[in-house]
Amino acid sequence: MEMQQFYYDNKIVKKFIYATVVFGVVGMLVGLLLAIMFIFPNITDGISWLSFGRLRPLHTNAVIFAFVGNAMFAGIYYSMQRLLKARMFSDVLSNIHFWGWQLIIVAAAITLPLGYTSSKEYAELEWPIDIAIALIWVVFGINMIGTILRRRERHMYVAIWFYIATFVTVAVLHIFNSLALPVDGLKSYSAYAGVQDALVQWWYGHNAVAFFLTTPFLGLMYYFVPKAANRPVYSYRLSIVHFWSLIFIYIWAGPHHLLYSALPTWAQNLGVVFSVMLIAPSWGGMINGLLTLRGVWDKVRTEPVLKFFVVAITGYGMATFEGPMLSLKNVNAIAHYTDWIVAHVHVGALAWNGFLTFGMVYWLLPRMTKGQLFSQKLANFHFWIGTLGIIIYALPMYVAGFTQASMWKQFNPDGTLTYGNFLETVTQIIPMYWMRMIGGSMYIIGMFVMVYNVVVTVRRNNAVQDEAAEAPALEKISPSRLKGEKFHGWLERKPVQLTLLATVAILIGGIIQIVPTIMVKSNIPTIASVKPYTPLELEGRDLYIREGCVGCHSQLIRPFRSEVERYGPQAKAGEFVYDRPFLWGSKRTGPDLERIGGKYNDNWHFNHMWDPQSTSSGSIMPGYKWLFDNKEMNFADIEAKMKTLQKLGVPYTDQEIAGAKEAMLKQASMIQKNLESDPDYVKSYEDSKKAAAKNGENFVPMEKREIVAMIAYIQRLGTDIKVKETAQK
Amino acid sequence: MFEAIKHNMETISGVEIYPMISLSIFFVFFVALALWVATYTKTKIAEMSEIPLKD
Repeated sequence: MEMQQFYYDNKIVKKFIYATVVFGVVGMLVGLLLAIMFIFPNITDGISWLSFGRLRPLHTNAVIFAFVGNAMFAGIYYSMQRLLKARMFSDVLSNIHFWGWQLIIVAAAITLPLGYTSSKEYAELEWPIDIAIALIWVVFGINMIGTILRRRERHMYVAIWFYIATFVTVAVLHIFNSLALPVDGLKSYSAYAGVQDALVQWWYGHNAVAFFLTTPFLGLMYYFVPKAANRPVYSYRLSIVHFWSLIFIYIWAGPHHLLYSALPTWAQNLGVVFSVMLIAPSWGGMINGLLTLRGVWDKVRTEPVLKFFVVAITGYGMATFEGPMLSLKNVNAIAHYTDWIVAHVHVGALAWNGFLTFGMVYWLLPRMTKGQLFSQKLANFHFWIGTLGIIIYALPMYVAGFTQASMWKQFNPDGTLTYGNFLETVTQIIPMYWMRMIGGSMYIIGMFVMVYNVVVTVRRNNAVQDEAAEAPALEKISPSRLKGEKFHGWLERKPVQLTLLATVAILIGGIIQIVPTIMVKSNIPTIASVKPYTPLELEGRDLYIREGCVGCHSQLIRPFRSEVERYGPQAKAGEFVYDRPFLWGSKRTGPDLERIGGKYNDNWHFNHMWDPQSTSSGSIMPGYKWLFDNKEMNFADIEAKMKTLQKLGVPYTDQEIAGAKEAMLKQASMIQKNLESDPDYVKSYEDSKKAAAKNGENFVPMEKREIVAMIAYIQRLGTDIKVKETAQK
Repeated sequence: MFEAIKHNMETISGVEIYPMISLSIFFVFFVALALWVATYTKTKIAEMSEIPLKD
């Protein structure tokens, strides 16, 4: 048979590896800064773009999409060419994919700190960037499927199936979750409201973990672990079962993020059942990965690449055992909103994604540069300090999580809360935050050691060249089934059909879960007293979104005695019908705010937002001083915002929209009047007026500054229900 | 669990069939998968699992 000569594109792999290393360092350093802020909350005092709320999404996005994303692409571009015995379909597409993805990352790194965010977790980027992501993702997909169609290997190895499922599912999830109506170039309102928005968001959020952080890395595991161990995967049959059952079951499990929420019970229960089932394929995959090393365990002692892989796969096993446990309602009641979840995600990210990436980099670089790794010793050091770092990070967070949960739920014999002041539960776990910071630092030190090792290896060895290869072309055979060919044999050589079948597998769960909630109106009971936000409150809500308050404060009271006692009546689905996006949150570093309205007076909020420690000693909330700046709040587009919401179904009348600015000023001046009841406020306000006059600055009255809108929104929270209760009395 | 489902979705006519359909899809899926995997020959499995080692 005639052999065809061709070259594997190594240069694109090299680019993605470098991007992985660079953005890994950046993303993790931002994480470390955030960890430090738990101990020194005002370390970036007064700098809006370095505040906790704005940096948190930057950290999660950088680690998920920049670090893990680039690592995934590096591994896919390397392994896919070799598994298919073909160069990538198009060098131009490869490069558009690479540069496009890096531009998206840079756009995220600029817009998130500036406060442009949709506030939906792991989907924070605003609509123009969302569109760019969709386009670049399609470029990646065309390049991948094109390569598959040109392959010289009849059978598509299971890793390729995982890559295909990744492409298809992330596309579906990203598009449906990002649906929104733009107000202007960088602001939009979610196409879904309240409970529906939450369901779609966590269908996305859960499956982003599944199909961005898990399936592509499983594909990489099925390629790189056999390569590094130099033996085939333990059971190829098991890998087929692993693939189909994982993609089929994963997609159903999203609602386990919303247990005890205002989500309909049937959807919660469905999520639990499927989450528990998920342990089977996940552990099947983990066992398959680990047992691939049977007979070569002696190599694990000496070879850092295999060490990284073993801890990565073990981390996968731990995280996927913990996941189903966390989705059990009684466990979730303890873990949700606490630092336990932070521990859980970091075991997944640091061990599974991080260590698999490091192992892959240490394996790839010497091969691509045709030489040795500069230092095995440094790689071993990286392994040990990284492993210890994970442990010292995760364990204190577990302790912190249990401490929080048990303190939140503790009652005195007389029926009052033992720790009625939320702050007591915060100050108690500060030592855990210290330990977490130390563990995270160790992990980053390991990362820097890798950077050094990588740089020296690349310098000493040969420049990365495309690699020559040869293989016979695939013989043309009939597209229909051959004589004696089984169905799967046929399907597995038909990439388009396989892709379609994988799409069907993921859509079944998605449809069964989503459709009823979207279609059935009675799922979301309407409450007559719940009214749309006033223009000022709407602006305040957008400020709350801009500052990322949702990163630390939930707005969802679960039906527990301890929560009802602490925060007020449990959340009801009908209360959120005007919330676009929903702001339920997923973490309580601070208390829940669903019914905070009216609990404190306007002055308290004014002082608290300026200097949280002045009203709440020991608080780890940073001040939000820029909200008080001597400049007018930008409410120029309030009419456009209200019109957009009107189109989405919020019952604003045209009259209300026309009179929006007037209504805002009226409400704002009332708040200013309330503030003036405090003599201290009056004094400092007069002082700042004089100071402005002295400096020849234009003085903006308080009622026109951002803080007033923020107070208006906070004071509105949860008051609709109170109106009803008072009326009934 | 079915009670909970029916309670929230009683406005859809014939909703009782909904969980039954889900269960059957699930059952059929795994039976088909088991059959699929069982019908591979040993040599084919070995050949496929060797692919990464042959590049």
